[in-house]
Amino acid sequence: KFNKKIDEKTFEELEELLISADVGVSTTQMLIEKLKENSKKITAAEELKSVLKEEIIDLFPKENISLTYPTVMLIVGVNGVGKTTSIGKLANIYKNQGKKVILAAADTFRAAAIDQLEIWGQRVGVDVIKHQEGADPASVLFDALQAGKARKADLIICDTAGRLHTKKNLMEELKKLYRVCQKEYPQANVVSLIVLDATTGQNALIQAKMFKEAVDFSGIILTKLDGTAKGGIVIAIASELGIPVWYIGIGEGINDLHEFNSQDFVDAIFA
Amino acid sequence: MAFESLTQKLNDIFKKLRGKGKLSEADVKQAMKEVRLALLEADVNFKVVKDLISKITERAIGQEVMESLTPAQQVIKIVNEELTSLMGSTQSKVDFSKEITIIMLVGLQGSGKTTTAGKLGKLLSKNGKKPLLVAADIYRPAAITQLKIVGEKVGLPVFTMGQQDPVDISKASVDYAKKHNHDVVIIDTAGRLHVDDDLMNELVNISHAVDPSEILLVVDSMTGQDAVNVAEEFNNRLQLTGLILTKLDGDSRGGAALSVKAVTGCPIKYVGMGEKLDDLEIFHPERMASRILGM
Ligand SMILES: Nc1nc2c(ncn2[C@@H]2O[C@H](COP(=O)(O)OP(=O)(O)OP(=O)(O)O)[C@@H](O)[C@H]2O)c(=O)[nH]1
Ligand SMILES: Nc1nc2c(ncn2[C@@H]2O[C@H](COP(=O)(O)OP(=O)(O)OP(=O)(O)O)[C@@H](O)[C@H]2O)c(=O)[nH]1
Ligand SMILES: [K+]
Ligand SMILES: [Mg+2]
Ligand SMILES: [Mg+2]
Repeated sequence: KFNKKIDEKTFEELEELLISADVGVSTTQMLIEKLKENSKKITAAEELKSVLKEEIIDLFPKENISLTYPTVMLIVGVNGVGKTTSIGKLANIYKNQGKKVILAAADTFRAAAIDQLEIWGQRVGVDVIKHQEGADPASVLFDALQAGKARKADLIICDTAGRLHTKKNLMEELKKLYRVCQKEYPQANVVSLIVLDATTGQNALIQAKMFKEAVDFSGIILTKLDGTAKGGIVIAIASELGIPVWYIGIGEGINDLHEFNSQDFVDAIFA
Repeated sequence: MAFESLTQKLNDIFKKLRGKGKLSEADVKQAMKEVRLALLEADVNFKVVKDLISKITERAIGQEVMESLTPAQQVIKIVNEELTSLMGSTQSKVDFSKEITIIMLVGLQGSGKTTTAGKLGKLLSKNGKKPLLVAADIYRPAAITQLKIVGEKVGLPVFTMGQQDPVDISKASVDYAKKHNHDVVIIDTAGRLHVDDDLMNELVNISHAVDPSEILLVVDSMTGQDAVNVAEEFNNRLQLTGLILTKLDGDSRGGAALSVKAVTGCPIKYVGMGEKLDDLEIFHPERMASRILGM
């Protein structure tokens, strides 16, 4: 389709492709402007596509996931994006790397969130620290940190209740969890990760901004890429906030979490 | 509030238009360009936007508008009318004509089905119905427990059969409902991708087995461009009777709402306005349209 001469229509088609991948209007316009600059000598539309891909790949921070242990991971995000499931998958990855992992069931709000995490804990074969539904999340985390120290865990992964970034009190509660980690386990490396759902549109950008303010996360887990959604909003997030994607979720199974690869990601957008 | 930023953008565009006296064709085209961007930024599907913009432009560049005394006002009116008709103009109700009203809740993973099952049960029982909740999600870890807890919170019984075939569970639940004088059955199904053929077939089989009055697609209002692909596929396979939009308590721009309604023709019947089990409201399209348009 793109194997033809370049004209205004070609750029329009590329623009539509980016928009339909949820890249968003302003990032798309920025990319297309840049492309017009960079492609003056190019005559074949196919080549144009590779230049655009390179442009996008360049927007992603070039960082590898590197953790120093012990680490406490705080997993945050809005409702239903895939936090608890991703925690199960993460626990599996790190356990398979020989790390001792403990899970903290600090979503005490959502019905059966604790049971759900426990099932994941059993699947993976790692301990889950929990209280009753309705308990104070900070005290669950506190206990998990103590257990982590006592049992010499390498990695404590803390589940949190889904919350919309617009709910001030709930965002304050999250900040408190972050502070508890720093205060109660200063020897540990505290890493927050935000989970974003690939089916989410432009709202993911504001989610990222607000959660960044609250818990200064280091990376993104982009879930549900096994559907037809492309998750293009992470391009805008990479470009505006400079935050890397660490992992992608491509299914509901235990092995369906993979390290992010910008080339594959961009290829999928243009596929 | 949801839709707020779209409202803001449209208002700015309208204000600029009003500031002009006579409108040239170029003025209208420029305004339409801006409306297009505002809608895209609000996650309205780009194909829906394209259709909408060409419809509005065609009407707006027509003679009566350009030659009228208040051309800007006319253009704004056209935009408003087209957006309102996109949302549907009248409130549409759940079909309670059968002896037992069977409602299937379907949708992508995490869209809010289980929570909505509880909310809907609660709302309908307030209206004098006697709902039964049915745990037909046998896949998601602790999905059955989740629905049981939700049922307990809203004071409704939950029909469960463990990890058995969801089609059998659904059939058995209807028999149970008949025996126990329930007049509404709300079936909570597992989240699934529209491209997952096996799981989509499962829904088709449930629907054939129980012949539901309503098959409602539960859609997360934060969904982006893909919302239409999802909705079209669910609708093709299941002949949806309506939509429920969830998580409207946030600041989503609501484009998914507009798009999904446009491509399926299905009315939005309820909206989820929070995590609590009281947070479900009947959807009033005309109110939503006027809210978006800031009227
Ligand atoms: N297809 C697909 N489904 C996923 C993926 N990750 C999670 N899910 C599903 O998404 C749904 C929600 O996942 P959860 O892990 O419960 O999400 P959460 O963010 O913990 O939800 P809350 O705690 O309610 O905010 C479940 O049905 C998961 O199985 C993924 O990568 N692909
Ligand atoms: N803020 C807000 N959260 C909601 C709303 N509706 C549901 N949720 C939350 O969204 C998350 C997912 O809800 P569920 O009811 O488990 O979604 P589901 O569609 O059953 O998920 P699966 O069964 O995994 O596909 C939970 O954290 C709910 O509390 C809503 O209207 N507003
Ligand atoms: K979602
Ligand atoms: Mg969870
Ligand atoms: Mg569910």
